[in-house]
Amino acid sequence: MSLTLFAVVLLIALASHFMAQRKALAIAGGRAGVLHSRPVFHGLYSLLWVALAGIGALLVSATLGDWLIDRVLMGRIEAARPSMAPLERQLLLSDAKALAEGRMSSRGGVLRDQIAAAYDWMSATRNWVVIALSVGGAAVAARITYGRVSAGWRARNRAERIMLNILLAMATIAILTTVGIVLSLIFETVRFFGMIDWRIDKFILGATWSPLSGVFEGQMDPDKVGALPLFAGTLLITAIAMLVAVPIGLFSAIYLSDFAPKRVRAVAKPLLEILAGVPTVVYGFFAAITLAPALRDFGEMIGVRISSESALAAGLTMGIMIIPFISSLSDDVINAVPQSLRDGSLGVGATEAETMRLVVLPAALPGIVSAAILGVSKAIGETMIVVMAAGQGANLTANPLEATTTVTVQIVALITGDTDAETAAGPAFTLGFTLFVMTLVMNILAQRLVRRFREAYE
Amino acid sequence: MYDTSKTADGATEQMATKFHCADVQVFYGATHAIKDVNVDIQDKTVTAFIGPSGCGKSTFLRCLNRMNDTIDVARVEGTILLDGEDVYDARVDPVQLRAKVGMVFQKPNPFPKSIYENVAYGPKIHGMARTKGDLDELVERALRRAALWDEVKDRLDATGTGLSGGQQQRLCIARAVATEPEVLLMDEPASALDPIATSQIEELIDELRQNYAVVIVTHSMQQAARVSQKTAFFHLGNLVEYDDTSKIFTNPEDPRTESYITGRIG
Repeated sequence: MSLTLFAVVLLIALASHFMAQRKALAIAGGRAGVLHSRPVFHGLYSLLWVALAGIGALLVSATLGDWLIDRVLMGRIEAARPSMAPLERQLLLSDAKALAEGRMSSRGGVLRDQIAAAYDWMSATRNWVVIALSVGGAAVAARITYGRVSAGWRARNRAERIMLNILLAMATIAILTTVGIVLSLIFETVRFFGMIDWRIDKFILGATWSPLSGVFEGQMDPDKVGALPLFAGTLLITAIAMLVAVPIGLFSAIYLSDFAPKRVRAVAKPLLEILAGVPTVVYGFFAAITLAPALRDFGEMIGVRISSESALAAGLTMGIMIIPFISSLSDDVINAVPQSLRDGSLGVGATEAETMRLVVLPAALPGIVSAAILGVSKAIGETMIVVMAAGQGANLTANPLEATTTVTVQIVALITGDTDAETAAGPAFTLGFTLFVMTLVMNILAQRLVRRFREAYE
Repeated sequence: MYDTSKTADGATEQMATKFHCADVQVFYGATHAIKDVNVDIQDKTVTAFIGPSGCGKSTFLRCLNRMNDTIDVARVEGTILLDGEDVYDARVDPVQLRAKVGMVFQKPNPFPKSIYENVAYGPKIHGMARTKGDLDELVERALRRAALWDEVKDRLDATGTGLSGGQQQRLCIARAVATEPEVLLMDEPASALDPIATSQIEELIDELRQNYAVVIVTHSMQQAARVSQKTAFFHLGNLVEYDDTSKIFTNPEDPRTESYITGRIG
């Protein structure tokens, strides 16, 4: 219903656009400069107000109506069954709504039928009120804006201000969402720390991670929430990934930007970027099904025990995943170093390799460093590959040949496990918050580094 | 034939030929950019290349130190001899050639390093200084030659990109002379500078002539007349006329040269 109404409001807005524009055109009479604003802005101004008024009235009256109906019906249910638990009253109401709309309800009953009949009547009334208000609001806005069209009316400035406010509102939504996510992370983290009696030291330094073993609702054992093995595993895998990705990515960027023949570059660069588009799930099962067994067999051949889920397999695969980011970003910054610097170096008799090493790379260093740090953030937050290839057991080890686990893997295990969400949310959100803080600190560090290099090289 | 050159005091004296160029052709892909250029460039002389935009004067300049090698589609034919040796011979390493034939570019392009490091860049690469003291000396000499020493001697560790435009260009000249070249190629070295910096650069060019053969590409005919002893006029890839600067500007032989210097073409 509301979708049709939405379309109707938009149609009214379009119509008012054309009406206002036609009126403005008539006033101008084909001469330029008669109107303060061009006809199209008179139309736009009208369209914006009509759409805002109509959609605003629709949303507000529909929400308000629903809330009002629920309150009235809950009041009636409470009057009829004073001893009923609040949760059951909710259930009764949703059953009644289902009955009214012809869907299946969990139970029948006289009261349910009465409430359903009342709901039927109320929601019909609500619908008519919503229609009347939104169409009426749109029509009134159309009438007012049409009346305002005149030679001196500053329609462009007004329309632009409305557009500006719409853009501002969208930006605010984006920012508020982020703030909301961070706040909910902090809130849950504080709650979790409360559950472990504020033994944050045990969370950071404890070596046993088994948060859900033998817990009752709202209780955690501080001795079993040691996240150190998780952080160690994350760092180990990240380190392996960066050992793979930074040299390969950087050297391929150097080759592609300055030394590759045009034809090679034309083929190789898009290929590398395709690598960046491969879903991480695919990398994950490549690691679990192809790479890990291959590593294990290779280990057997040379007499080393490599477990079939290992930090090495996960780290290598993650490194491969990050190569295109490092190489693509580094290629961009190396290309951004002006040709004139290369000419200057070649002009005093430096070779191309010396030019790259002594002039181009130092000039591009800030960008390369930030590319590497971006790669680290990506590695820390990466989930699919480690879920499939690194293992689940939280054992504290620096040996890349053994199974290990990461922060992200444990978050997945907590949320997808069969413990109720209330209990699992605490440790999961806390791990998430820790990840967030880690990447935040790294980004700040990267920016500091970049600034120091800039000061030295600009 | 072109073995005399007017010195600053107006007298003419014998100068050795530095570059002997015969039937030089340059192709950019299918474009024939330079056609049959024959020219002898003399030592201890400022030679100006003038001509309208796109006439090939910069392209020809870049043949002299093989900077065109860095462009994939460029192809050079003909003979270019530096002191009697073919610079396009397979035995000649363009990297060594460019140390002998220094180049200064249109836009000042100091490296994002300290002033000292900018000047020491070439000598370090070519292993010209054995001790830190030697290198300090080389840097000071180059900066003095570029008439920049007095302005920067107290802040050699400051970045080269922090200097003014004219100072940056003189820093680039210091960087080029630091490798002790025999020839200096300058591709419109003052076109990005204000008039005061321009006149400083022009004065400098006149001094540099005592030690080097200087070849300068310029859009400004006044500049060519002020700083050069020899002028070559290029038009549509051809070398139209090459003679003493005073002759080119007062009594050119080719009607195209006359049209250009009187402002009718270009």
